[in-house]
Amino acid sequence: MGFIIDDSRPIFMQIAERIEDDVIEGRLLEESQVPSKIQIATFYQINPATAAKGVSLLVDQGILYKKRGIGIFVATGARTLLMEKRREQFFEQYVVSMIQEAEKLGITAEHLSEMIKRGAKRDE
Amino acid sequence: MSNILEVQRLTKSYGGATAVNEVSFALEPEKIYGLLGRNGAGKTTIMHMITAQLFPTRGEVKVFGENPYENERILSRICFIKESQKYPDTYRVVDVLEAAAAFYPNWDRDYAYALLEDFRLPPKRNMKKLSRGMLSAVGIVVGLASRAPLTIFDEPYLGLDAVSRSLFYDRLIEDYGEHPRTVILSTHLIDEVSQLLEHVLVIDEGKLIMNEDADALRGRAFTVVGTSSKVDAYTAEKEVINRSMFGGLASATIVGDMTVNDKKQAEALGLELATVSLQQLIVYLTRGNLERKAVEV
Repeated sequence: MGFIIDDSRPIFMQIAERIEDDVIEGRLLEESQVPSKIQIATFYQINPATAAKGVSLLVDQGILYKKRGIGIFVATGARTLLMEKRREQFFEQYVVSMIQEAEKLGITAEHLSEMIKRGAKRDE
Repeated sequence: MSNILEVQRLTKSYGGATAVNEVSFALEPEKIYGLLGRNGAGKTTIMHMITAQLFPTRGEVKVFGENPYENERILSRICFIKESQKYPDTYRVVDVLEAAAAFYPNWDRDYAYALLEDFRLPPKRNMKKLSRGMLSAVGIVVGLASRAPLTIFDEPYLGLDAVSRSLFYDRLIEDYGEHPRTVILSTHLIDEVSQLLEHVLVIDEGKLIMNEDADALRGRAFTVVGTSSKVDAYTAEKEVINRSMFGGLASATIVGDMTVNDKKQAEALGLELATVSLQQLIVYLTRGNLERKAVEV
């Protein structure tokens, strides 16, 4: 899976982000069941209580919900909700730091937007 | 729920040397704790007092609300896997399992034998003929299969290869998930176990210097790197736990959650910021006096 736990950030947050990624990228469909805390814990070799904390963070946000006695499921509309949240973060997380690095290297705004266009074409 | 274990101002002195100095903490049920610190910090001495194998010089130990000394009922609920466990001369691996079966009320025989196979332990072999790694594996089998409400592993993986260590973590997580109990992992090798821990206790020079939720400590400290005058300006009124220099560059590690202001200030000064891992944080906090002599039991 290529996912390594980063020991310099709270693990429960990393688990929540990983589940978010699974929902956004369609590996976990809406109304499907989320792996149990023990499955998550063994997979990443982490503490089961930490795994449970990551899951309940998303339950609190309405991304996941509990079915009594059965388990935890992905809520309908979760994917749209997460995409909106990630788009808001995108500017701060990627655009701002890209511009800072570009300034350091003397790349002009014009050159930068050219590079973005070139990058977007790469996959076509 | 009430605490599984409480120690109050626990102290152990040998002549003039103090191995454990006024240590107080409490353990809650069904959590995995890390008892961390360098060799000779006092971890093993603390565990010997908790398990009634050593009398404290001062202070109080309560396990399941009672004094554990000569208290058979309490002791049968504690499984202590010692690094230096001695066995009778004639004992084979199976004999160790049978002795454990007689002692621990929650012993799961089928699980114990399944674990023997997992760790590829020869049941009929004499304990004296086992390698260091195999001896550690027998300890792990007993520790897991005992399902004791308080299970303590002291440096459980000496001599174990990477595959067996990984197997230990997998089995511990699964079995703890199905049969929750309080586990203490005592070790000076923090990197591999850190993500299994819910809570950490750090011992240094006989004192308890940290008692916190493990996840809360991740990202609690951060390092700034840049020209030394700017790093000095930035760290002027902050708690610095590590500082190093190379040429005109300096790096300083600061305890405290990184705020948006911290970030802006560092950026304005042209400093680079990086969060510090749990392991690195503990290394910084415990390396203080490198020359000090370790107190051995």
